[in-house]
Amino acid sequence: MAGLSSSGSSAGGLGRCSHAVVRALPESLCRQALRREKDSEVDFARAEREHQLYVGVLKSKLGLQVLELPPDESLPDCVFVEDVTVVCEETALITRPGAPSRRKEVEAMKRALESLNLNIVEMTDENATLDGGDVLFTGREFFVGLSKRTNQRGAEILADTFKDYAVSTVPVYDSLHLKSFCSMAGPNLIAIGSSEAAQKALKTMQQMSDHRYDKLTVPDDAAANCIYLNIPSKGHVLLHRAPEEYPESAKVFEKLKDHMLIPIASTELAKVDGALTCCSVFINKTSEL
Amino acid sequence: MTTEIGSETEVKKESEQLEANTAQEGTEEATESQIQPDLDNPVSEKVQSSPSSQAPVSQSSPTSHKKEKEPSEGKGISRFIPPWLKKQKSYTVAGPKDEAKKREQTSTGEECATEVGEHPLPEAAAESKGNLEEATQNQQEVKADDQEEKHSVSSAETQPAKEDSKDIEVEKVSEEKEEKEEKGEEGEKRETKEVQTTDLKMEKVSQKTPKKIKTLPCKVMLLDGTEYSYDLEKRAKGQVLFDKVCEQLNLLEKDYFGLVLQENSEQKSWLDPAKEIKRQIRNLPWLFTFNVKFYPPDPSQLTEDITRYFLCLQLRQDIASGHLPCSFVTHSLLGSYTLQAELGDYDPEEHNNDYISEFQFAPNQTKEMEEKVVELHKTHRGLTPAQADSQFLENAKRLSMYGVDLHHAKDSEGVDIMLGVCANGLLIYKDRLRINRFAWPKILKISYKRSNFYIKVRPTEQEQFESTIGFKLPNHRAAKRLWKVCVEHHTFYRLVSPEQPLKATFLTLGSKFRYSGRTQAQTRQASSLIDRPAPYFERTSSKRISRSLDGAPVGITKSDQSLLKDFAVTVGPAGDKIYDSEIGGHGKLKDGDGRDEDGSLTKTPQLELTQDGKSSHETLNVVEEKKQAEVGIEETIVTEEINRGKIQADADAGQTRKMGRLSKKDSSSLSSDSSSSESEDEDVGEYQPHHRVTEDTIKEEQEENEDVKGKEENAAKGVQCVETVQGSQVEVTVEHSQVSAEVLVPEKAVPTKISGEKNLMKEAQQNLREEKDEEQLKINGDVSHVDIDVAPQIICCSEPPVVKTEMVTISDATKRTEISTKEVPIVQTETKTITYESPQFDGSAGGDAGVLLSAQTITSESVSTTTTTHITKTVKGGVSETRIEKRIVITGDADIDHDQALAQAIKEAKEQHPDMSVTRVVVHKETELAEEDE
Repeated sequence: MAGLSSSGSSAGGLGRCSHAVVRALPESLCRQALRREKDSEVDFARAEREHQLYVGVLKSKLGLQVLELPPDESLPDCVFVEDVTVVCEETALITRPGAPSRRKEVEAMKRALESLNLNIVEMTDENATLDGGDVLFTGREFFVGLSKRTNQRGAEILADTFKDYAVSTVPVYDSLHLKSFCSMAGPNLIAIGSSEAAQKALKTMQQMSDHRYDKLTVPDDAAANCIYLNIPSKGHVLLHRAPEEYPESAKVFEKLKDHMLIPIASTELAKVDGALTCCSVFINKTSEL
Repeated sequence: MTTEIGSETEVKKESEQLEANTAQEGTEEATESQIQPDLDNPVSEKVQSSPSSQAPVSQSSPTSHKKEKEPSEGKGISRFIPPWLKKQKSYTVAGPKDEAKKREQTSTGEECATEVGEHPLPEAAAESKGNLEEATQNQQEVKADDQEEKHSVSSAETQPAKEDSKDIEVEKVSEEKEEKEEKGEEGEKRETKEVQTTDLKMEKVSQKTPKKIKTLPCKVMLLDGTEYSYDLEKRAKGQVLFDKVCEQLNLLEKDYFGLVLQENSEQKSWLDPAKEIKRQIRNLPWLFTFNVKFYPPDPSQLTEDITRYFLCLQLRQDIASGHLPCSFVTHSLLGSYTLQAELGDYDPEEHNNDYISEFQFAPNQTKEMEEKVVELHKTHRGLTPAQADSQFLENAKRLSMYGVDLHHAKDSEGVDIMLGVCANGLLIYKDRLRINRFAWPKILKISYKRSNFYIKVRPTEQEQFESTIGFKLPNHRAAKRLWKVCVEHHTFYRLVSPEQPLKATFLTLGSKFRYSGRTQAQTRQASSLIDRPAPYFERTSSKRISRSLDGAPVGITKSDQSLLKDFAVTVGPAGDKIYDSEIGGHGKLKDGDGRDEDGSLTKTPQLELTQDGKSSHETLNVVEEKKQAEVGIEETIVTEEINRGKIQADADAGQTRKMGRLSKKDSSSLSSDSSSSESEDEDVGEYQPHHRVTEDTIKEEQEENEDVKGKEENAAKGVQCVETVQGSQVEVTVEHSQVSAEVLVPEKAVPTKISGEKNLMKEAQQNLREEKDEEQLKINGDVSHVDIDVAPQIICCSEPPVVKTEMVTISDATKRTEISTKEVPIVQTETKTITYESPQFDGSAGGDAGVLLSAQTITSESVSTTTTTHITKTVKGGVSETRIEKRIVITGDADIDHDQALAQAIKEAKEQHPDMSVTRVVVHKETELAEEDE
């Protein structure tokens, strides 16, 4: 009864997970990590603390088995594991990140996923680029943002890999990734930022989909990136940006009565365009392990 | 006079029914569905729509499988009464005008006679005729009675439903009478009728010719890989075969399924149940595949397990062939349910390692996958086959490509894309990616023109104006196929009841194709009424299924192709003639077919022209109220020794004859041709999905129309009357459901202008032609069963002429219904003139220093048709040329089937002179469109 029957059934399987893969941040992140705006300096110590908090939530609070990959100083962005793989059910697509400096990040991830007995698909096409941050999986289908990091070919390979699902493309202009302004906040619920670009992207997604999604609009685009998990013992769990960072958006999240809300601050990584979803990959191993 | 008209219509109905009954060989369902798909619909829907009377009929129809009319009779009748004939026959009733009759009768006299013996209800016919002629008000009643009688005769064995229908009919009759009375323009109508009469005769002739019922063997590949063989009448409609197959399969929820023509493996072409098979498959072998046409979005809502089973079989094929892409995991899971359904619980002793390799679960099946399948199979212990099927479907239905019908296309920039038609709308794919989606509610109009496919999209929030998006399909036929699929899917999934064919409402160029089957809503309702114990059905044994899965799809295609090849070879030599004759009728050659066949035909321009002519026909069809069609046909014949001998000799006499012939035999083939042309040859087609807002649509239509022609509002007073009539008809909607009775009308032999002596000549010629016709038939797909009955025809001449009258009113009636339900009353009058001119390459006409041998002008007139024929014979450089210019003017109002008339005219001319070219087709229409809302 694996596959669609469990995980795909009307998106009921969204957020189900048993494992998470994270990676510690290298010190090189502060200076060398790619970033769109170089205004502020990253406080590494604080960044590390925030990250540890984040991992701690997954591990102890949610009871996930967390695989922590060691940092690699030569890969300043390696903490953002989301971009190097897309895992859906038993299959993991190892991506070809849009930033050349990040291509080697996949190696460690691949080994980790192999150790979890996932079916590994590698994106070998040299014309293809795909960042996991551009991939929004709703439980029913994929939306792939076509951004500076992700191109059509990458999306095609994703579609080839996950044949069961529709894969629709969404142009992304003003943001790094598609998920820079949106994410799933529950089954059938899309959290979306208020910016024009975000709303436009949402319209596109709505038009492309046969399904009707509810939307949760938050004032801040960055806050729209949250992590929804469905943990058997906890029910709906939502990790969202802390009220200190985005008070108005936090209020919106707080209206979700059915969710177990866990605010998490990510001020430092945000400076290098890191969002909540960026730092983890979730896997649901139903059978073994 | 008014009464007469009314009676006529009724007659038509009756005839229709007769046809349907006979044609379908006693399957009432088939009949009804053919005639009016709506009838089958569940009561509630009908109730919703204005026609309440239909409801009972519809209900009955599904139930009545068993009615079996004597096969021989049914076949014979059907044979004789091709569907298109109906209308024409009805016309017969009307008082024929002298000239028209003359022609007709000349031709008919010979041929019509044959039918007499065959007709089951000759007396009735006679009665009806007499009544008609009398033209008294009483006639109405009489007719009604007649109908009933006829019903009893023809369909007595059949269903209770028909009885209901009778009542309905009566109502209709009265209504119709009213309508006709209102019309007041009887003269015009009569004209029309006359034309049709001729057609009828022609038809009769053709039909009569083969006294034996010709049957053709056809094969249907079933979903389990087995083959179902059945002998079909030549002229059987698609529905007949489909019903046969469903009966064989014991399948009640059949609206999700359809038959696929074995055209090419690339793209499915669906057999249109409402049209003759022969016209659809052309020269392809009579080989079909039974397939799911509309994938139920939620299979759990199907009523019967047997339906789910067939859906499973289809999906297994889809998956194994790669048409329905799945992930590894899904392949494995679905495979495991297949095993459970076919083999039951996993049994380690019985199911050794190899048991699975007989099945194909995926296009490229790996050992790893098989292991996974087995592993999962073990977990399904206890599931019954039906449960396993349900699980299978629950998973399969979520696949993103489930139920998506893909078509290759290019976008406006020439980029390769795929257009996917599904339950929810139109999906645009580039490679595997969905790049756009147009839900049905967003689409205002779907149309195609040549190889272009257009959708007009509702304005979005950002955009103020609706936009039209165009796609380029590989060819014209692909565009049309896509368009049809869209029309069907939209109707099936989105509408409560099918939209009526375009005919009366819009003035459009092009196809008036509409989905005529039941919608999903209707079929659900109908199936909710299914009350039978779950039928036992034998699942394909594992082995059989494995074979079918592995080999079937591929194997079938291969065999088909080989068949095709063979066929082509055989046909090839004889082909020229046939094509020539056919060309007149339709533009068949144009598209895909054209490639194959063009080679033999040197006259490409002709082909195109013909097509133009066709499109014009279609236009005509669309416009019902008031039409004038002028068809100028110039035939240029370069005579060659052999054929000419006859042609020339006969030419003088022959011309007249041609006219007669046109109406007679050719008309039959023509009419059917035209229908086929609809399905495949039109250059353009439009479809406007009806959301509740119909006004907009209409407006848009008008706008478009304006482009083509100047439009006049309320131009014709008479027209208005007609429309009023229509309004009343709306209520009558039940018509289709009614069982029509045959009316046999004895025709008085009206001497044609041409003297009776000529008849002999004609007879001889006819025989020749008959042969020709026979050949045509062959080409169309029946190789084995070509019976050339020349003799009978001749005999016919001597026998008392009898004319069958049949009416096909279905489309109109349906439409009206819809109109009444949905649309706001709008009266629009349009005048349209369309001229098609071909590059003139007829050098013969010119002053090529030829020697004029003879010149002749023949003019024949009927109320509706005026034919002027100029025959010029010249000798140029040792080659004798005969140039025949024929000008045919068809005038009439609503009741004229211009398409047919035009097609007939062209076809007849073509048949007479294979080398003929159509140089000019002028269509002048004055149309009034009126729609009444309740």
